[in-house]
Amino acid sequence: MHRTKVRIVEGALDANDTIAQANRADFDRADVRVVNLMSAPGAGKTALLERVATDLPGLRLGVLEGDVEGSMDADRLAALHVPVTQLNTAPGFGGECHLDANMVRSALPGLALDEIDLLVIENVGNLVCPAEFRVGEDARVMVSAITEGEEKPLKYPLMFRACELVLVNKIDLLPHLDFDLDKFLYNLDQVSPGVERILVSAKTGEGLGEWRDWLARMGSPVEAPA
Amino acid sequence: MHELSLSSAIVNTVVKHAAGRPVTVVSMRVGALRQVVPDTLDFYFGFVAEGTVCEGARLEQELVAARLRCAGCEREWEIDVPVFMCPDCGPSGRVEVAAGDEFEVESIEVEEAECIAPR
Ligand SMILES: Nc1nc2c(ncn2[C@@H]2O[C@H](COP(=O)(O)OP(=O)(O)OP(=O)(O)O)[C@@H](O)[C@H]2O)c(=O)[nH]1
Ligand SMILES: [Mg+2]
Ligand SMILES: [Zn+2]
Repeated sequence: MHRTKVRIVEGALDANDTIAQANRADFDRADVRVVNLMSAPGAGKTALLERVATDLPGLRLGVLEGDVEGSMDADRLAALHVPVTQLNTAPGFGGECHLDANMVRSALPGLALDEIDLLVIENVGNLVCPAEFRVGEDARVMVSAITEGEEKPLKYPLMFRACELVLVNKIDLLPHLDFDLDKFLYNLDQVSPGVERILVSAKTGEGLGEWRDWLARMGSPVEAPA
Repeated sequence: MHELSLSSAIVNTVVKHAAGRPVTVVSMRVGALRQVVPDTLDFYFGFVAEGTVCEGARLEQELVAARLRCAGCEREWEIDVPVFMCPDCGPSGRVEVAAGDEFEVESIEVEEAECIAPR
């Protein structure tokens, strides 16, 4: 036996990106725009979807629910007659904390892409891994709840930089918390200068019109970015 | 915890290139922006490698510092805090990552059987 050095120089996540591109091609062929919705656990992804899901006239919405286990979030959306597909990550090994391109690929046959215009993928609640694994989306949205503190962008720059839109949720709690909104927005601009952001509350409805409009723009084929 | 999924990605990449040969060393280039904890990656790599050609392999991690470049004024600078703004141009400057987001398998060392014909 002897030892040989083999030069490789390959991104360890390239394999995932390749599958993500295949997903994207399938979505494009079906003329479906895809949004990857990410946040820490409990920031309000499902709540923010519920609040606008039935308010997108002329746009056929579908949802892919990534969850470690259970179908509670999927059931909440199905109750609104939104077509939902559940994707549990628990049976796999090594990737339970996020969706990757392959998991989404495995869900494609069940998705009825020709019956929807916009697919929102609710990722598993986690602020690190989902930022690293593209799934074939057109845009990434993250929800940051103000209960998580002002320092979040500085602690998770990877996630905040990966997103086209930041939803600053639970803004109704502002009077009850020590949260300094200006400081949060300052930190956000340090990490991702000028990134689009909407202040929202799934509870009071603040900002939901803007969020809905963003989704509507995203889902309409004429205005969607190439 | 993302070191676990990253370890799987490394092992999958290496297995593809090792072509069945036992791997003794895996050399990685890891950008600072990846927010990887080296010891944690090392730990999970050992764990995920079990039962593959990577079992027992040593993981070498070369840390790549984060460097930014401003498209506006072409200034390049290193950062150790997550501030992605050009010191000269402020919010108007479009800042790009010049280095620091690598997560690459640079090379591997494999054991070859001696039966390959010498030339
Ligand atoms: N006060 C307040 N509570 C909210 C708001 N949005 C969500 N919540 C609450 O926060 C909790 C979590 O909301 P979800 O929508 O389940 O959050 P999620 O991000 O989907 O959670 P996971 O899927 O488990 O990661 C629920 O109890 C919601 O009622 C908000 O704007 N204001
Ligand atoms: Mg949810
Ligand atoms: Zn500049």
